[in-house]
Amino acid sequence: MSTMTMTKALNAGLRRALGADPKVLVFGEDIGKLGGVFRVTEGLQAEFGPDRVVDSPLAESGIVGASVGLALRGYRPVVEIQFDGFVYPAFDQIVSQVSRMRFRSHGRFSVPMVIRIPYGGGIGAIEHHSESPEAYFAHTPGLKVVTCSNPLDAYWMIQQAIADDDPVVFFEPKRRYHEKGEVDTEAADAPMSLYQARVIKPGTDATLLAYGPMVRTCVEAAIAAGKEGRNLEVVDLRSLSPLDDATILASVRRTGRAIVVHEAVGTLGMGAEIAARIQAECFYELQAPVLRVTGYDLPYPPSRTEDGYLPDLDRVLDAVDRSLAY
Amino acid sequence: MTEAADSTDFVQLLDQAGRRVEHPTFAYAGTDADIAASLRDMVLARRIDTEATALQRKGELGLWPPLLGQEAAQIGSARATREPDLIIPSYREHGVAWCWGIDPVDLLGTFRGTAMVDWPSRPDGFHLYAFVIGTQTLHAVGMAMALQRDGLVGNDDPSANGAAVVYFGDGATSQGDVNEAFIFAASYAAPVVFFCQNNQYAISEPIALQSRIPLYRRASGFGFPGVRVDGNDVLAVQAVTEWAIEHARSGKGPVLIEAYTYRMGAHTTSDDPTKYRRAEEEEQWRAKDPIERVKTYLLGTGAIDQAWLDALAVESEQLAERLRAGCAALPEPLLSEQWQHAYAEMPDLLVRQRAEYLAYEASFLQEAK
Repeated sequence: MSTMTMTKALNAGLRRALGADPKVLVFGEDIGKLGGVFRVTEGLQAEFGPDRVVDSPLAESGIVGASVGLALRGYRPVVEIQFDGFVYPAFDQIVSQVSRMRFRSHGRFSVPMVIRIPYGGGIGAIEHHSESPEAYFAHTPGLKVVTCSNPLDAYWMIQQAIADDDPVVFFEPKRRYHEKGEVDTEAADAPMSLYQARVIKPGTDATLLAYGPMVRTCVEAAIAAGKEGRNLEVVDLRSLSPLDDATILASVRRTGRAIVVHEAVGTLGMGAEIAARIQAECFYELQAPVLRVTGYDLPYPPSRTEDGYLPDLDRVLDAVDRSLAY
Repeated sequence: MTEAADSTDFVQLLDQAGRRVEHPTFAYAGTDADIAASLRDMVLARRIDTEATALQRKGELGLWPPLLGQEAAQIGSARATREPDLIIPSYREHGVAWCWGIDPVDLLGTFRGTAMVDWPSRPDGFHLYAFVIGTQTLHAVGMAMALQRDGLVGNDDPSANGAAVVYFGDGATSQGDVNEAFIFAASYAAPVVFFCQNNQYAISEPIALQSRIPLYRRASGFGFPGVRVDGNDVLAVQAVTEWAIEHARSGKGPVLIEAYTYRMGAHTTSDDPTKYRRAEEEEQWRAKDPIERVKTYLLGTGAIDQAWLDALAVESEQLAERLRAGCAALPEPLLSEQWQHAYAEMPDLLVRQRAEYLAYEASFLQEAK
């Protein structure tokens, strides 16, 4: 057991995957000598060579499109998109090619590719470096979409995503990159399925449903609410597609109240889908409407305003108040 | 047209009158028997194409993209390939598919709506048809990178080497993906032959709207060789493609081939070329027909005779009949079977949706009783 940051945990997970399977490749901009702009791939090229940890020309569609070809010939490319806002040049390849090669080929081909995307705000970045585009990908059949919230999950989830025979879009909450946690890199197996949600903190009064960067925010909100005598449950969704309906619905049936929290804009975001599923399945158990705490429906604003734009502890607690007041 | 015909960079080995032509760099290595085999493939490919067009007109297919006029570009290039080469087509490569042993009835399923793009007769080396313009060029680069990593490039034994041959059109050269594919292939010296069939039109848009310079010259800006070949000359296409593939297989990197040809038919059966091009232009190209010149040449050398052609005509009609019957016999797909191939394992949501669909369908049967 050792304490490490999320970047180190991802790095350790990638190293283990590269060591375990010679077909695993890492491909992207600045990921070789530099080790990635966030140093997630640091040291991997030195260890595994430039044929397996491959610096790419600066073209996202090219990175993803070439990786489709590699995947179709038996490789497992792990692609890095440098920042969330730069994934759109690759959108066509992801949505029209990566996601449906299995379907187009009647199951003969799979594209076992992982597309890593550092995402989310809260780091004072300039435009296009703080986006949360997960809903676009979760909307696309054939893709799986997951996101880690802590180093332990980061270490295992990246390995599980690489081992999956379907393409996985892997969102990394960049503002949590440097937060530390305990990781047992000696353990043989992952503690749970990649597509399972986890109840981080059990509670009875309301359920906070969050993922990625907002999990910690919600845990902090639950601790604060606990001091006021409110016992909140926090669920880390981990997988956005497929959603772990069983865990989500079981929690909401227990508490009767649900609040979905994410940085992405609200309209047609993950919260909309989750709220729709909850109301369809838990209509009579609900004590209050499902509420959402999200980024406002704006392009990501100047970073000096992001503290107000992003959901934080107080906005989450405000929603809890409204839910409990029903 | 005249620019191409006058250019010294325009490789032609059999002119439109059916006469062999010398070229300083390229020569056709085959025999007259090989040329007769190419002729047979071209004639049969054209028959497949005209039959499929007719099937669309009769309402049997939703759409068909004809290859009419591009037989030499496709047969000549396909006959230059062999395993472990990889073929990455767009959606008009019916002649290439024919040469790779694909049953043309399988192609019809894609355009009839009974299947996606995997065909029972498709060999591993022939990739899926691609409909989003230019996307497949990047897939070809990745496959070529896989060939490099699999040790199938640059071996002393040439028969152990392979290359990725990717097909696209003049319109595709404006796509970002194609330009990115040029860059990635050049950077990694990936064994890719970029085979561009310049058929002069991207639906209605003439080549001048896509490029102010001959397309093959673009290659030099990306750092690899480009060659323009008479795309209606099956000998020249095969000779140039053989050279390009050997270049790629040996580890020297990509090549761009511009096969200068003409789409004699419509872009697809939904298109109406009379709205954007003149009949005179089509007539000029009809005189350059890729099949007629080969017939003329082979009849002249005595390699074939009228009886040979008559036998080929009979074979063509038998093939057409097989297409008609095969098209009608294509099995109707079931919606209930579509759920299983979205993911390796069906997620719970899809299991539920499929069950709901089946129950909903069954409810009508219940009512009917």
